[in-house]
Amino acid sequence: MGLIDVFFKKKASGDMAKDRLKLLLVSDRANCSPEVMEMIKNDIIKVISKYMEIDAEALDIQITQTESEGGNGAVPALYANIPIKDIKNKSKEEA
Amino acid sequence: MSEVIVITSGKGGVGKTTTTANVGTGLAKLNKKVVLIDTDIGLRNLDVVMGLENRIVYNLVDVVEGSCRVKQALIKDKRYENLFLLPSAQTRDKTSVTPEQMKKLIEELKEEFDYILLDCPAGIEQGFKNAIAGADRAIIVTTPEVSAIRDADRIIGLLEANELKQVELVVNRIRMDMVKRGDMMSIDDVVDILAINLIGAVPDDENIVISTNQGEPLVGSGTMAGQAYLNICHRILGEDVPYLNLDNEGFFRKIANLFKR
Repeated sequence: MGLIDVFFKKKASGDMAKDRLKLLLVSDRANCSPEVMEMIKNDIIKVISKYMEIDAEALDIQITQTESEGGNGAVPALYANIPIKDIKNKSKEEA
Repeated sequence: MSEVIVITSGKGGVGKTTTTANVGTGLAKLNKKVVLIDTDIGLRNLDVVMGLENRIVYNLVDVVEGSCRVKQALIKDKRYENLFLLPSAQTRDKTSVTPEQMKKLIEELKEEFDYILLDCPAGIEQGFKNAIAGADRAIIVTTPEVSAIRDADRIIGLLEANELKQVELVVNRIRMDMVKRGDMMSIDDVVDILAINLIGAVPDDENIVISTNQGEPLVGSGTMAGQAYLNICHRILGEDVPYLNLDNEGFFRKIANLFKR
């Protein structure tokens, strides 16, 4: 890290390494291939679509880390962002 | 009661063999009867680091195949008579030995030795499986680099899957000047990421290269790395030893080292 970097507040490379590793290890540990993630995503779309209209294109799922409630540090978590197009109860309507 | 420790890392070149040689020699120095087994079949190295390469007659494969007795293959160390090496075979491959054969060999050695240290090859294939088969404790060696830590994490997962419960970490080749600048992950960072117990921190010390050149492990010498390795040995024996200040050597120490050479 040179003098110029200090002025421009460039992130220290040690911190970059730590941040990159944290993300990397979460996906390594979860042992989820992109194919498996795609299958999970499709199944989620299928299930949620039974009850409401969602934007399947914009749906985003990923495995991240979250603080566990049991207090034993960070645990992997499946994070899903599912935009809803129409909240009205589809199943009732069809019936 | 004897203890079987595998020294492993996943990634190559992080210091497994150097750690095995120094920890083994250190434990012998502390009056334990120790045998080092080089399980890296085809890429034999522990013998040169120990400076015993000229004394090899039989090797690990000869022993498991029954071509010789275990006693015939064990090489006594130059300096410590309670330290032995079982060298690996250079002209064979990893499939020459099975995990079952390793277990059987270790059971036999347990009767004779306090500590059995297994120098594991890099990778997660057959050689790794052979090395961990008979172990009841593991030391993971890593450096503060992204690639080494990633591999170490994978190894920790595999050891857990194999029900190896006691797994401890050695962070090797730390450069405090770089850590201070923020250009190297600190020991705490590495421990935090891998989430296992630390058993040692070894600085990047040019004396390691010198000692390897000479074929004499530097554990217990006046060098920083030598002290760090001796501390690891004490911790293996269950003693509580404070961690070294790996910062630049103090002024007086530098003077002392000048006279030592």
